[in-house]
Parts: sequence; C-alpha cells; structure tokens
Amino acid sequence: MSILVIAEHDNAGLKAATLNTVTAAARIGAQSGTDIHVLVAGSDCAGAAQTAAQLGGVAKVLVADAPHYGEQTAENEAALIVAHAAGYSHILAPATSHGKNTLPRVAALLDVAQISDIVAVESPDTFVRPIYAGNALATVKSADAVKVVTVRTTAFDACGTGGSGAIEAVAAGPDLALAKLAGRELTKSARPELGAAKVIVSGGRGLASGENYHKLLEPLADKLSAALGASRAAVDAGFVPNDYQVGQTGKIVAPQLYIAIGISGAIQHLAGMKDSKVIVAINKDPEAPIFQVSDYGLVGDLFQLVPELTAAL
Amino acid sequence: MKVLVPVKRVIDYNVKVRVKADGSGVDLANVKMAMNPFDEIAVEEAIRLKEAGIATEVVAVSCGAANCQETLRTAMALGADRAILVEADVELQPLAVAKLLKALVEKEAPQLVILGKQAIDDDANQTGQMLAALLGWPQATFASKVVVADGRATVTREIDGGLETLELPLPAVITTDLRLNEPRYATLPNIMKAKKKPLDNVKPADLGVDVAPRLTTLKVVEPPRRQAGVKVADVAELVAKLKNEAKVI
Repeated sequence: MSILVIAEHDNAGLKAATLNTVTAAARIGAQSGTDIHVLVAGSDCAGAAQTAAQLGGVAKVLVADAPHYGEQTAENEAALIVAHAAGYSHILAPATSHGKNTLPRVAALLDVAQISDIVAVESPDTFVRPIYAGNALATVKSADAVKVVTVRTTAFDACGTGGSGAIEAVAAGPDLALAKLAGRELTKSARPELGAAKVIVSGGRGLASGENYHKLLEPLADKLSAALGASRAAVDAGFVPNDYQVGQTGKIVAPQLYIAIGISGAIQHLAGMKDSKVIVAINKDPEAPIFQVSDYGLVGDLFQLVPELTAAL
Repeated sequence: MKVLVPVKRVIDYNVKVRVKADGSGVDLANVKMAMNPFDEIAVEEAIRLKEAGIATEVVAVSCGAANCQETLRTAMALGADRAILVEADVELQPLAVAKLLKALVEKEAPQLVILGKQAIDDDANQTGQMLAALLGWPQATFASKVVVADGRATVTREIDGGLETLELPLPAVITTDLRLNEPRYATLPNIMKAKKKPLDNVKPADLGVDVAPRLTTLKVVEPPRRQAGVKVADVAELVAKLKNEAKVI
C-alpha cells in the first residue's frame, strides 16, 4: 500500500502547500516504509508534475492531463481521485480552499470518514486535529480501510527537494460537466503568499478605513518583505478583500513574525495565528485579548506608532 | 422550488469552551447552545430566495438529539416553513449526517440544499461536499454571493487568493461563507408563530441509514497555552527586542 498526496498547483508550478503535505505523508509512511505518490490533475500541467517529481521522498507522480481538469472543479477531480484510489492506504491533501472543497467528496464516494486539518500524526490510523477554533485538540483514530486526510500546512515543515520520482501519465476520467467556472478574480500582489510568508503584517478594525490600512501597513510590509493579513472585522468593513482574512474560517498562518495592528484578538482570529513563532501586538487598549498571546505588546496610538516602527527598521 | 436547509446545534460562538478534566471531550453541561453561525447564514439565504419569489418552500433539517428541536424552532422563527428532526442519541459524524440528508433529499426532492461551510464545534468542513458527492450533484462551497435563475445557480466563492464564480445546474448543494449575508433576528411574533409550524420527527432507522461513527476520539486536551509576553515602552525597545532577543528581523 502507498500514500497518495493530491498536489496543489496552478498547472505551471506546484504550490508550497504540497510540500508540507508530503512531509505529513512521510510521517505516516515512516513507520511502515510506505511509498509516497503525488497526483497532479490539471491541464498542461507538466510543469507542476516535474516539480513534484523532484520532491524528496516522492517515488512516483501520477499525471492526469486533460482540459476539464484545468479548472480544478471538485466534481471532476474527486471522481478522478476515486478512480485511482485502489492500492492507497491514505489519501492526503492540504487543508487549503481547494483541498477542503475536493477531499470530502472523495471520502464520501469511498464511503469513509475524512479526518480534517490534522496537526500531528500519532500512528498511521491516529491523528491529532484542532476542534472548537483550536481551543481543544482531539486525538482521533480511524477504523476505515482508507484514511482520507486534510493537512494543516503550518503544522508540518516543507519537504526537501532533490528527489527523482517517476512521472506516469494516468487515464483521465470523463468530464462530468456539473459545475462550470465562470471566472476568477485573484488578488494580484508582489508580496509573499499569506500561507507561506515568514513575516505577516496584519490589520484590524483599529485602522478605521481601507485607506489607512494601505497607507500605514504597506510601507511596513515593504520593509519586512511581509505578507499582508487582516482580521474578520477589517474584511467585513471592506478595508481589504476576503483572501486577507486570518482566523478560524480564513487562513491559518504560523509565520516567524506576526505583527497584529489594531486587532483586539477575538478567539476566532487567535485560532488562525497563535502558532506564529513571535507575535507583536500594537493596540491602544491595554486590556485587549491580543496581548495575552503576544510576545511583545506596544500600547498606544497605532497612527503614530506604525510609521515610527516603519522608520526604525 | 423547494430549498432544504440543514442546521446544527452547537455551543454558542461566544462561549469559551472548557476541556473536561478526564480528557473525554469538551464540557457541554450548562453551556449556552445556539444555531451554528454558518447555518444561520444559510437559513437567511434560503428565506431571501423565498422572499424574492424564487423559492416556494424552505424546509429546515437538524440531525441530533431531541433538543435540536430548539434550533429548528429558531430556523422557523427566522422564516423556514417547516422542519424535520432526525433524532439520534449517538454521535453523528459528517459522513453519517450526509447520508441522512441524502435520504431526506430523496424524499423531499428539493432543488437546492444550502448549509454552513463548517460547524464551529468540530470544524470539519465536510458535510455539504459529502452530500453533493452522494447525490452526484454539483457543489459550490464557501459562497459569498448566490444568484438563482433559470434552473441555474451562479455562485461566487471565497477561495485562497481571491474569488471564483461557478455556474451550477440545479439541483445543487451550496455551502455558506461569512460574507454571504447578515442574518436577521427573530421577532417575538415570529417566535410565537414558529411554535405552531410543523416539525416532523424521524429516526435514522426510518431512513435506512447506518450512522455508526467511523472515527473514535481517543482523547481531547487543551492546546499548549501561549505565555503572554512583555509590554514594551516604545518603538525603539520593540525593534531592539525583535533584533536581539527574538532574532526575527
């Protein structure tokens, strides 16, 4: 039996989340010496497949290259994964919006449970996962023959490169023609991805407007080569687009440095960033809950302190 | 067009959860319970479809213990026309719930199922996708905008990196994200009216579904607590700490 990792990619290249997922697969396989295979389903996705073949520990890359996989809709992709599921003890995907969308379909079609968002591997059938916005950690054991698992990427390091896995084309399934992609509006940014950034500058309601958010946080983020994030309050107020949101239902991040500016620290927000290595909070309210998780707290007027900090770096 | 809205009874989102000392789970005794916030958004969206003349009937469903009736009454106070409780005393995991909902969909024949993208207790984010798979229906998860017209749903989804729009032929499953709408509050007259709306009770066995759990929870623990750090006096001290102590810049 082998372990199948579903690649997160944009056809041309592999997304970083795949590397963390391969590490989780290696943890599962370590005890039994199981092979790791990666499935790349896409359209003109040879670039992504080649990168996947170079990942450390990957024995084989399965490539399903067909026009109807280009949009990566859950219906077609889940059917493909199920068609190739025989011989795998585990099917893993990163707990990204793509993985969360697709993998439960796979689990249901295989008539097995899914174990969502694992943060640790205890044994090949036992995993640790956060519940209640990370306020509790549950250890769960699966009785199913195939374990379908999504992986919290911040809990596993990226795997190394230098591997030389075999690339094998596999038969594409039919186009189920269920959901059709009508358009994508992706935020264009030269900054690092939130999920992969080493430093994140994040803003909340305290910034009072989108204009202030950009005026104050962008120069600071530039200085630190940081990604920009936001609390739900800032997104709901329209300061920044939805994909900036850090929290229980947004992005889960764990950078080396997280700077929370004008964020009070609701538990839903803390759930998304409390595993950061170092947390800095700047807030005018000394009682704000964010200070209970921050390593360094600075109480004061962010409109004065943030430009000062930018200038001091 | 009939719309089915599954709702889950969970710990109120404002409650700070406590892990039981014996590690068997989270303390649910004497804790305020409420409708899962994402399901509230789903109920609201279904009611708006009815108010717009697109949906003709909104049916709320909950799977769980007898007290899920309260959650169903809330859904009816918000505007659902009737409700079905699938009563079970055992723990229902997402796959089991998806199978129960599939059986109800086959009986009720809705054109649309709208439910929350995840429940804030188990944070699983599975049920809608599983239901869609079991039915062989298209799905649009994490919806921030839904337009239903001419037998199709056009759904804008919140994805990593931005938004995408999908077109689905009906019937379909939609799961809601936070920004789809702002749910209304139930008014007192509507709460009173909801008490008279029909609420059916069925058992998993009536639907022919095996709900035995596939996952066993071995233990539940509190996560390692992060120690609160220090307050620094000014920007200069902060920069010095980040450079010399934390060594992150």
